[in-house]
Amino acid sequence: MTKRLHRFKGGVDLDYHKAESAGVPIRSAPLPPRLIVPLRQNARSVAHGIVTAGEHVLKGQRIGEAEGVLGTAVHAPTSGTVIEVTEHPMAHPSGLDTHCVVIEPDGDERWVALEPLDHRSIDRQSALNRLREAGVVGLGGAAFPSHVKLGSGTGVDTVVINGAECEPWITCDDRLMRERADQILAGAAILSDLIGAKRVLVGIEDNKPEAIAAMRAAAAAQAAPIEIVAIPTVYPAGGEKQLIRVLTGIEIPHGRLGTDFGVQCFNVGTAAAVHRAFALGEPLVSRIVTLAGNVERPGNYEVLIGTPVASLLELAEPRADTDRYILGGPMMGFALPDLSVPVIKGTNCVLSASPTLFPRSKPPLPCIRCGECARACPAELQPFELYWFAHSRNFGKAQEYHLFDCIECGCCSYVCPSHIPLVDYYRYAKSEIWARERETRAADGARERFEFRNFRQEREKAEKAAKLAAKAAETKAKLAQTETAPAPAPTEAAPQSEDDAKRALIAAALERAKQQKAAAKPKNTEDLSAATLAEIAEIEARRKALGLSEGDAGDVRPALPTLPGPTTAATPPAPPGGDPEPLAREDRP
Amino acid sequence: MIQSPYIRKPASVQRVMFTVLLALTPGIAAYVWQVGAGILVNLAIASATAVAAEALVRRLRGRPIAPAIGDLSALVTAWLVVLCFPPIVPWWVTVVAVTLAIAAVKHLYGGLGQNPFNPAMVAYCAMIVAFPSLMSQWPPAGGLDFATQLDLILGGARNLDAITGATALDALRTGLRGAESVDAILRQPPFGTLGGRGWEWIAAGYLAGGLLLLALRVITWHMPVAFLATLAATAGAFWLANPAQFASPLFHLASGGAMLAAFFIVTDPVSGATTPLGKIIFAAGIGLIAYLIRAFGAFPEGIAFAVLLMNLCVPLIDMKTQPRVFGHRRGKSP
Amino acid sequence: MLTALLIMAAIALVLGAALGFASIRFKVVGDPLVEKIDAILPQTQCGQCGYPGCKPYAQAIANGEADINQCPPGGEEGIRKLADLLGREFKPLSEEFGVEKPKAVARIDEQTCIGCTLCIQACPVDAIVGAAKQMHTVVEPLCTGCELCVAPCPVDCITMEPVAETVETWKWKYPVIEIRKRA
Repeated sequence: MTKRLHRFKGGVDLDYHKAESAGVPIRSAPLPPRLIVPLRQNARSVAHGIVTAGEHVLKGQRIGEAEGVLGTAVHAPTSGTVIEVTEHPMAHPSGLDTHCVVIEPDGDERWVALEPLDHRSIDRQSALNRLREAGVVGLGGAAFPSHVKLGSGTGVDTVVINGAECEPWITCDDRLMRERADQILAGAAILSDLIGAKRVLVGIEDNKPEAIAAMRAAAAAQAAPIEIVAIPTVYPAGGEKQLIRVLTGIEIPHGRLGTDFGVQCFNVGTAAAVHRAFALGEPLVSRIVTLAGNVERPGNYEVLIGTPVASLLELAEPRADTDRYILGGPMMGFALPDLSVPVIKGTNCVLSASPTLFPRSKPPLPCIRCGECARACPAELQPFELYWFAHSRNFGKAQEYHLFDCIECGCCSYVCPSHIPLVDYYRYAKSEIWARERETRAADGARERFEFRNFRQEREKAEKAAKLAAKAAETKAKLAQTETAPAPAPTEAAPQSEDDAKRALIAAALERAKQQKAAAKPKNTEDLSAATLAEIAEIEARRKALGLSEGDAGDVRPALPTLPGPTTAATPPAPPGGDPEPLAREDRP
Repeated sequence: MIQSPYIRKPASVQRVMFTVLLALTPGIAAYVWQVGAGILVNLAIASATAVAAEALVRRLRGRPIAPAIGDLSALVTAWLVVLCFPPIVPWWVTVVAVTLAIAAVKHLYGGLGQNPFNPAMVAYCAMIVAFPSLMSQWPPAGGLDFATQLDLILGGARNLDAITGATALDALRTGLRGAESVDAILRQPPFGTLGGRGWEWIAAGYLAGGLLLLALRVITWHMPVAFLATLAATAGAFWLANPAQFASPLFHLASGGAMLAAFFIVTDPVSGATTPLGKIIFAAGIGLIAYLIRAFGAFPEGIAFAVLLMNLCVPLIDMKTQPRVFGHRRGKSP
Repeated sequence: MLTALLIMAAIALVLGAALGFASIRFKVVGDPLVEKIDAILPQTQCGQCGYPGCKPYAQAIANGEADINQCPPGGEEGIRKLADLLGREFKPLSEEFGVEKPKAVARIDEQTCIGCTLCIQACPVDAIVGAAKQMHTVVEPLCTGCELCVAPCPVDCITMEPVAETVETWKWKYPVIEIRKRA
């Protein structure tokens, strides 16, 4: 209880508005008429769909198989019928489509056979596999697969459980801690076992005294060494790196994992989901979502993954002047381009925004380099410098000034007296840099393949020439042996006869091709209507009139390099995989 | 479309600038009390000129005028220009200086936030080079009534050696040239307990305003502390070495524009360094150069030149003093 | 007079020797300029510039034989980068060589494909797989969109399809700020 806390630099004090939605217990959201379950649960991986339209699924039945390193399984959130597997907008700032399984609930909520499992009874890898198969991902927002975060299971001595919940308005973790502290702590103990940690630290911002009390009460009943730590309320104390810094003093740089530094962080919701995956055998099919902002009835709901945001909003009754809906909190969330998008595992809050609650920002003024942003930046960056570079599209310089250490917490934009949308510039610069890196990689690959192809063609040409030379020498020797005396000029006859032989070969090949063509029947000539048959007959007649016959059709095409004309026969013929370059270039206008 | 964050602190450039203007008022009040109300006339002239110049230049540049006037930054520049000038300088000097500061120094580089040099300091340097005699006629505290001051400002006859004099720094310098000792000089009429008679109170007013800015977190401690400390330390070193030739550090802190500069001029964010260490280096550099000019240079007051010289170094200072980023080890930046 | 001449001659000798030494000591193997230009070019290998690939075009630019505005896939940005690298003036893309188009990839209509292998031979980056008389297909991530396979196809079954934006390739837009409302 007397833990020495560390501090991270920067951060801002906000108006938290937590009381509005934190007072009401978690309720279950009613079943929507349709559930749209995206097979893509985060930006990095898509599950492989294994159900088809018309199939009946049970609650918790696997509908998407985990694919790739960062993949996790996707499950049917309720029992019902798969209506279709289709493209549907996803909860992403782009509003782009992704593969979704649309399920019509049958209302029974019938579970598949669940198999509870004690993680201590199986080996570590199987336990990680269970998490992957149960679709457990980080519920804090990024939806990063938990089994990947558990890493190799060595070198980590501290598990940090993130109950800070620093974004204003959001109270889903708060309610979860108040009501299901046991589940969270049980999950934390499992995570701690799996990662081989010696202690568990739960960080909770001190503006949630009820949650701290509930967690402490639950921790007192636990045998495991779990410490509940109240941390000062400063946004963004709930950022993973910031929380780890506050609790342990360890700073994790960009691009490194906590496991490298002996500490790993999980959200409280994730811990609860881990507990359910083992103790109940339940895959992750629902989560708690805060509905708040400009609404009549704010509160927290247990929501099935795939519930469309629009049907969820009805529960909270947004007020008439609501003009936007924000997924996530006001600092890091994004305005929903489309209300039909479904709730996904990373969805923690749907905020109704009104012009009075979230005023449209004033037109930006020039940066006066006042340094407010640098004082607020929890990553200790110089945001105005980054802004300057991103603004002028000087991406190299932006990277040099550690653009990618920016966690996009929004503190700099929040404090900027010039109202510059700083974070927007960083997002823009980051995605431009990523796009450029993709392009460079693609170009490098293309260059490599192009160069290899040229090399291969050269090699083939050389091999062919060598082979021909050898053959010519052989023929020459043979001719010299058989027709010793009477041949007047054997040196000249050799290539002649070679040409003839080749011509005969080509003629035979042509003949074969023609026969095959005649034998091959187009596939689409069966079961035709009378009208179509008549049309075909008419076309055939016209073709006849023009002097084209069925078999000739192929000859209209440009000559294949495998059938060189007689004029090219004197030069070594192109190899079968021959050099298309001259052909390609001639074809260009 | 602007994305998150959707909430913003109720901060604005206008609010920052207004706070700065507010923080200047104790100093101005002391000025009026000790020297006379002539300064208010100059402030009015300068303010009007600044607004007019800002509007005109923005109009020529095809930019919207209203937000730029509303942000009050032009007024801050204008007030600083006036507070650096002698209070009885003719009106046209003020007009030329403010126009130069706004139109040339600020807008030729792209307007607010873009100027590499402190506009008020460029204006001061230009004027002291162009009109050296006008720029060094300072009334002694309480030596001129308002009517005389107004008459002088409006261009009245200027044969006033009898009633106008030099600043404390100027007098010290002239006295030292005359081979008098510091002690003897400081007993002469223009000097008070610490610096120039009466001017000490004005410096105290600026100090009070500066502390207000610090309390409101408009400025950070780095620059004022580094500037004043360096100025005092340098002065102290020379004073200890030879008290007969060099004035005490307290005299230097209380004289000339030291207090005004420490809190209002050195701290200009646009043309100054921005990193914590950079701010200290920048302000310390100004303190050092200012003292060297005061003690050995051709001008009695060196702060303005020092500021401009250090403005030149800002890009280098900022580049070399980038702070450690979260999670990165110090000195291991790529 | 003579001393002066001797000194000048000595200086010339020393400097000349230094230059000569430097040219041997710091001799650059290969032509980094060509590599640098090639790194900017999009590696489409489409030949629209009039050279049989990006590298030959890079060589031609380095030799001063070709201008920097002959690469339609590289577009305006590519020309800007080349202009930056070579210290030349930016000039718009020459219409003679084509126009900038959104990135597209080739798609083979598998119903129509007769398996003639012509497109496989035409593809400069080995992005088409298939065998004689077998259906061919384009490996989409490898396709550079050079369009060289379109013309040789005897049955016109290859079309160029613009690349759709996905969640992976989606980009945040440049923040649009309404500051330049003209007075």
